[in-house]
Amino acid sequence: MRRVVVTGIGVISALGKNRESFQTALQEGRCGIGPIQDVDKFDLRFRNGAEVKCFDPFTYFEPKAADMIDRFAQFAVVAAREAVSQSGIEWTEELRETSAIVTGSCVGGQATENQGFWDVYKLGKTRVHPMTIPKTMANAGASAISLEFGITGPAFTISTACSSSAHAIGQAFWMVRSGMCDAALTGGSEAPFSHGILKAWEAMRVISPGLCRPFSKDRNGMILGEGAAMMVLESFDHAIARGAAPMAEIVGFGMSSDAHHVTQPSAEGAAKAVRVALQCAGIAPEQVGYVNAHGTGTTVNDITETTALHLAFGDHAKRLAISSTKAMHGHTLGAAGAIESAAAILALSSGILPPTINFSECDPECDLDYIPNCPRKSDPEFAISNSFAFGGLNAVLVWRRI
Amino acid sequence: MADDLNQEELTGRILRIIAETQRKEPAQVTIDNSFEELGIDSMDGVNIVFALENEFDINVPDEEVKNIRSVRDMVEGVRTLIQQRNLKTDAPSDPAPAAS
Repeated sequence: MRRVVVTGIGVISALGKNRESFQTALQEGRCGIGPIQDVDKFDLRFRNGAEVKCFDPFTYFEPKAADMIDRFAQFAVVAAREAVSQSGIEWTEELRETSAIVTGSCVGGQATENQGFWDVYKLGKTRVHPMTIPKTMANAGASAISLEFGITGPAFTISTACSSSAHAIGQAFWMVRSGMCDAALTGGSEAPFSHGILKAWEAMRVISPGLCRPFSKDRNGMILGEGAAMMVLESFDHAIARGAAPMAEIVGFGMSSDAHHVTQPSAEGAAKAVRVALQCAGIAPEQVGYVNAHGTGTTVNDITETTALHLAFGDHAKRLAISSTKAMHGHTLGAAGAIESAAAILALSSGILPPTINFSECDPECDLDYIPNCPRKSDPEFAISNSFAFGGLNAVLVWRRI
Repeated sequence: MADDLNQEELTGRILRIIAETQRKEPAQVTIDNSFEELGIDSMDGVNIVFALENEFDINVPDEEVKNIRSVRDMVEGVRTLIQQRNLKTDAPSDPAPAAS
């Protein structure tokens, strides 16, 4: 089995349109949540979201190219470009033929789909735009990345709700580790702010009317977010041979299914994914120093995740530094696992752990160290990123400082 | 639309809706049942509220939904909301709660 490292990361989110702004915001504990654009038109019980502000696709794409892909796929390409640029990887003919692309997305091209439905159902039009299908498909991000760099190796998309991109990164990790390919571009992207999707989330009654306050006693729900994170994974040897400077190593991936309930999470299911991930990494629970939690800010998730960490880490749970960065960049659904892995990697490489902001009051049922409000200097060797999806599908990634 | 606040009739309609959404026989749902006894979890509760909102043309705030634990809670809550709705006959139909 080969060692696998991250040599480049790209992020676009409510915290800014590149990795640097993302890292700065995380380290300052800045909140990217605000009123959703045009929210007054939507007749919703909540107003706030974590949108990518002032995103002009024509800054990034030729007009015709921008027209060909939905906002979520545009985010995927923007993040992939930044990851590739940082990695310094050169797409030789051989590398293009063998490299993998594995992306995650939960809802695909919602803006495009919504427009088509609006035209038919509301405006009574008899035809929709011919690009509606290819712009809506969840794999449009992977396809756009493939076109962008001319990569012709294995490419696919995983859709497991809020675990999508964690499952995607895990899959890419396995492919590089096994020797199937030397490099992979992987991560996830999402742009879920359509009228229809917002109404659907409203109906579930899990969105906060205010802010996202993970693990805080006064938490009252999640905040939807959008964006993308992509990363270049390479075999350690490949990266070193070309003189690259790895940012971190990916050492473990654990999955599980709750087999419990479609929306209620199970602590045992989540704990199992953590255990499997640590086993895959070949490390003891005591070696983990930082947890980037799923931490949605709903009453149930945060208690269940706390219980899961107790189950998986035992006595060491009390010594873990845990934060949910969703309070800053929102819950980006299929992009969450990738954006939060980026946060974990940047925490390991910088020695500054991002805080759980908007934390105002301890909850006796959430009794761990959530790095409340202020970032913390610390140099753990290992960090994990948790993703727990509706449908009970869990994915946990283990990252190691280099 | 039912604006009739006859307690017995209202209760009957709510029991019927709970039974229908939960795919139970009407006789299985009584005013004295807790949700726990009926095997109704929080997502089921949200589904029932959705059906009741449509049936009675009311809007149930998120916070209220979290506090409903029994059939009686549900009946009381719906009755209060219907009364409130009838009080403001000239108001627009969707009084959304204030944000943040």
